[in-house]
Amino acid sequence: MKARLQGATKGHALLKKKADALNMRFRQILKKIVQAKEQMGDLMKASFFSLAQARYATGDFRHTVLDGVDQASIRVRATQDNVAGVKLPKFESFKEGADTKLALIGLGNGGKQIQDCRKSFLSAVELLVELASLQTAFLTLDEAIKTTNRRVNALEHVVKPKLENTIAYIKGELDELEREEFFRLKKVQGNKKKNADLAAARELEEAKETTHMHDKIATVLEVEDDDVIF
Amino acid sequence: MADQATPEGSLIALIADQDTATGLLLTGIGHVDYRKNSNFLIVDEKTPQGKIEDAFREFTTRDDVAVVLINQSVAGTIRHLLNNYTKPIPAVLEIPSKDTPYDPSQDSVLSRVKFMFGDS
Repeated sequence: MKARLQGATKGHALLKKKADALNMRFRQILKKIVQAKEQMGDLMKASFFSLAQARYATGDFRHTVLDGVDQASIRVRATQDNVAGVKLPKFESFKEGADTKLALIGLGNGGKQIQDCRKSFLSAVELLVELASLQTAFLTLDEAIKTTNRRVNALEHVVKPKLENTIAYIKGELDELEREEFFRLKKVQGNKKKNADLAAARELEEAKETTHMHDKIATVLEVEDDDVIF
Repeated sequence: MADQATPEGSLIALIADQDTATGLLLTGIGHVDYRKNSNFLIVDEKTPQGKIEDAFREFTTRDDVAVVLINQSVAGTIRHLLNNYTKPIPAVLEIPSKDTPYDPSQDSVLSRVKFMFGDS
């Protein structure tokens, strides 16, 4: 029982530490998210501006782009990050393969603007992916923190008091037993003493009696009674 | 999670208006597979809400999609879906569009962030 309480206490301490670690990470991510979101707003604005520039220079190239979509050349790789036993997914964008037709859009006119626009959107995408990974981490951590806190509280408010109660009960019961035993021993001792006293008293009496008898006998012998004359 | 990703990496899905889509597709995130399924939906004022919802559901259930980008103006029309969406993967990200500047107060995640900063 005591071992179980100890285990619960230790588990509680460990979980609390874990919760603290998660919370710390959580705060960091929150800060980063807010920053990145604000940055994203600016970056997207710049990107749209460059898009407008490109359109001004090239004319409407939207359909060329939309029709030119083939295989994705920018993809996302998911890796995992481990924080106190909680796995956090982490995204990383990477380029793959040649960007076939897209690089050639606007070759005739306004290619420069389009490429600029492309570049600014590329950096926007990178930021977006980073933001996505932050956000995912945020959600996962949120969930993990909730479960950890639940466990901590369960240990603290349910398991530990239960064990403590049980231990207190057992201790009380044992104490009572001990008291009873002590009382019994005392009683036995008392009885024994009484018996011994009684025995001693009796012996003394007997001894007295015997001496008395002796005295009597002696007196019988000693007494000079009158001679009996026939 | 990580093992769900295809060896060549996951895709970025996109639900956006034409300008945003043009810009982002220009970078090469667009993908059309052999069955002519694309990973992006272009929304204009004529696109019915049901179609956006379907696209959102499809993108969030596809296992080769890691990130779903969605215009904030579009996100507003399917806010109920976004608020109910709690899975970490794919991550749903709201991005500003050209004619509506970014408004942090509408972002479902950011509002949660704010909420947490408020109470903790």
